[in-house]
Amino acid sequence: MHLHDLWFFVIALLWVGYFFLEGFDFGIGILTRLLARGEDERRVLINTIGPVWDGNEVWLVTAAGATFAAFPDWYATLFSGFYLPMFVILLCLILRVVAFEYRAKRNGERWKRNWEAIIFITSLVLAFIWGLLFAAMVHGLPIGADHQFRGSLSDLVHPYAILGGVTTTVLFTFHGAVFASLKTVGTIRHRARHLAQKLGVLVIALLLAFLTWTQVQTGNPRSLVAEVIAVLAIVAAIGFNFGQREGRAFISSGLSVVAATAMLFLALFPQVMPSSLNPAWSLTATNAAAGAYTLGIITWVAGFATPLVLLYQGWTYWVFRKRIGVQHIPAPVVHGPVHGSHAAR
Amino acid sequence: MHLALAPDTIARWQFGMTTVYHYLFVPLTISLVAITAGLETAWVRTGKTKYFHATKFWGKLFLINIAMGVATGLVQEFQFGMNWSAYSRFVGDVFGAPLALEALLAFFFESTFIGLWIFGWDKLPKKIHCACIWMVSIGTILSTYFILAANSFMQNPVGYRLDRTGGKAHLTDIAAVLFQKLNLVVVAHTLTASFLTGAAFVMGISAIHLWRAARRQRAGRPTDLKQVAAMRTSLRLGLVLAVIFGLGTAISGDKLGEVMFEQQPMKMAAAEALWDKEAPAPFSAFSVPDVANHRNSVDVQVPGLLSFLAHKDFHSAVPGINDTAKAEAAKYGGSPSAYMPNVPMTYWGFRAMILFGMTSFSLGAAGLWLTRRKFWLAPEFRTGSFDVPRMMLTKKRELGPAVTGLVWRALIFTLAFPVIANSFGWIFTAMGRQPWAVTGLLRTVDAVSPNVSLTEQLITLIGFALLYIALAVVELKLLVKYAGAGPVTADRPPMRDIKLGGGSTEPGAEQNPDKPLAFAY
Repeated sequence: MHLHDLWFFVIALLWVGYFFLEGFDFGIGILTRLLARGEDERRVLINTIGPVWDGNEVWLVTAAGATFAAFPDWYATLFSGFYLPMFVILLCLILRVVAFEYRAKRNGERWKRNWEAIIFITSLVLAFIWGLLFAAMVHGLPIGADHQFRGSLSDLVHPYAILGGVTTTVLFTFHGAVFASLKTVGTIRHRARHLAQKLGVLVIALLLAFLTWTQVQTGNPRSLVAEVIAVLAIVAAIGFNFGQREGRAFISSGLSVVAATAMLFLALFPQVMPSSLNPAWSLTATNAAAGAYTLGIITWVAGFATPLVLLYQGWTYWVFRKRIGVQHIPAPVVHGPVHGSHAAR
Repeated sequence: MHLALAPDTIARWQFGMTTVYHYLFVPLTISLVAITAGLETAWVRTGKTKYFHATKFWGKLFLINIAMGVATGLVQEFQFGMNWSAYSRFVGDVFGAPLALEALLAFFFESTFIGLWIFGWDKLPKKIHCACIWMVSIGTILSTYFILAANSFMQNPVGYRLDRTGGKAHLTDIAAVLFQKLNLVVVAHTLTASFLTGAAFVMGISAIHLWRAARRQRAGRPTDLKQVAAMRTSLRLGLVLAVIFGLGTAISGDKLGEVMFEQQPMKMAAAEALWDKEAPAPFSAFSVPDVANHRNSVDVQVPGLLSFLAHKDFHSAVPGINDTAKAEAAKYGGSPSAYMPNVPMTYWGFRAMILFGMTSFSLGAAGLWLTRRKFWLAPEFRTGSFDVPRMMLTKKRELGPAVTGLVWRALIFTLAFPVIANSFGWIFTAMGRQPWAVTGLLRTVDAVSPNVSLTEQLITLIGFALLYIALAVVELKLLVKYAGAGPVTADRPPMRDIKLGGGSTEPGAEQNPDKPLAFAY
């Protein structure tokens, strides 16, 4: 196996990791509107991902950085081709980071409502756009012989891409609901489980439709295997969820996200960005790759760093493994008059 | 002027805006996290609550900052692909490597351990909790290193070869990129300047609190002594750091100048508004560059000093802007004036950087002197114990209120000076490199994305600008609020040490699974 093929799979793995992890935290963001009743419950949901969402997001930073290093042409065509969607993604990511950190930093009713609205909207938009973007990429784009994107926004938005966006949105919401039922106690836990159950049928239908369309369009035997795994995993997730086996349900819904993402990459390989103008102009894992020297270096570093990252990120989940409920939410910190000597909770 | 709307102009505005904005938060983040880590270590080792309160206080300000730093850092990473795709294709092989290393080796560290630190107060043993913030600190410093290695490559490309068509640079020697002389000096300069920034921030905010406390005391109103204790420690720490890192910034800056005289003569000639080669070369104290005629209309100079700064002797020749531009035009073609950066911007950017940076250092030195144990004031100027902000002084507390009042004001006033200096430093270093994106290899005009329309670029430029302004207001409000409130002295440190993974061992904790979280969003 060539190093550039290996790196195709490393990058696929980074995206898989990103969607697995940030998938449920987008879901939680969406659920702050769909599931939570009242401020305390919204805070419970937000705090289930509080200690980990920042670490989850690094998977994206790393995926982008690794693409830059391993496939400069892919990085350049992807980010300049999806210029406006990327802009929306950036706006949402920025606002989302700030919303989590700043929401509880002041006590005004409006202040909190506004940041909560931002958490909901950005989570929803991000979940949708990532799906749209990946679907559009797998579908093929007007890419010229010079590897430049030659289209416009309308080339990115078509029924298949929109179906992709809707699928990720619902799938992540489901994944988030399962995570919420795993991480909370009290009534919110049960409502999360019931919501996941209701979402189940929709998730299966969408996933089956989107992945089958992908399979018909660009599939191969490997991607078919991934599709089957993705669909079976979601069925298992719904089953475990029904049986109140929340841990297993979460692993299954995660597996489904993993397999669905993997399927998109398997359908792409060995291309990275197929050209709809002329197949010969497509970017491939070979012609978009960096030199062997660069690939060699990042391979060594990734080989050393990845287990370490998995270890300490895993440890974080272990440290914060306890379920939380409304009773664990401390009263908001109130600061006294400017000279806050008697500030207390 | 149609040129003002060229795609590369908009892309450059966006890059400049994002970089300067991002860099408002980075140095504070780097230094505040280390200061927080130092204070938490002091708390773990001594058990004194003043260290605990100081840790929480500076930690909170650090968190408000890093949220913005992380958010705007994402734009930095994405915009190379979005606005500068030709650049990305050309140097991705070289430039992407340090970025990928940064993400894998540093950023994961930072982001994961920050979560552990914020939410882990009652979940982790003290020492492990403290180790977490050190991990974050190490992460930020490693990040700085890799990012600057990438930037140094743009300033002075090394460790690469061009492919046959000349359309791509390929990495041949990662060690050359990571350890080139320029990068080592730039890292030293950037880190020392970051710590000077944090020191000034700590100095200024502690000074506000101590000054207020002093006034309250004089007015006979009660003072929160715990807060004063935490702020007093912080002030001394800030002063010491300002002196150490102020000196460090000056020394590394001087060294950096030397390296740049050698590697980027044009940038330094422009920084000095030195148009023609001179031997010995004078240092410009004040010039008004006349760009159209390639000379200065006003010149106030210190003879020989520039030769000394560049080569450590008073007589050697330093090439000027005109000579260097001619040489570059001969080498790469075109007219000499195409190879000149914006001279007034470079000249004033360089000076503003030094001026704003060194003010805080001088004040740190003055403050340290004024808060030492022995005083130089005659006894008749010494005042009683209560009307002087005695928390500023150690032991003997003798100082005229006029003097101390001025020092307080000065410390508060210069709180943000290094932040301004940092911005000018980056403006200088990026503008001084023009017209090159990668010195000698790729022009900035050739680096932009050819497929992105002007409209699209304008949309994102305006969009980001509006967002940045809105967030700056929010962030500033929060900083003022939390900095103004001072340490929350009602905060009590975790009672006893906690066994790792075993949950809390506080009395009764096992009986009460509903104990609220130590921290929640």
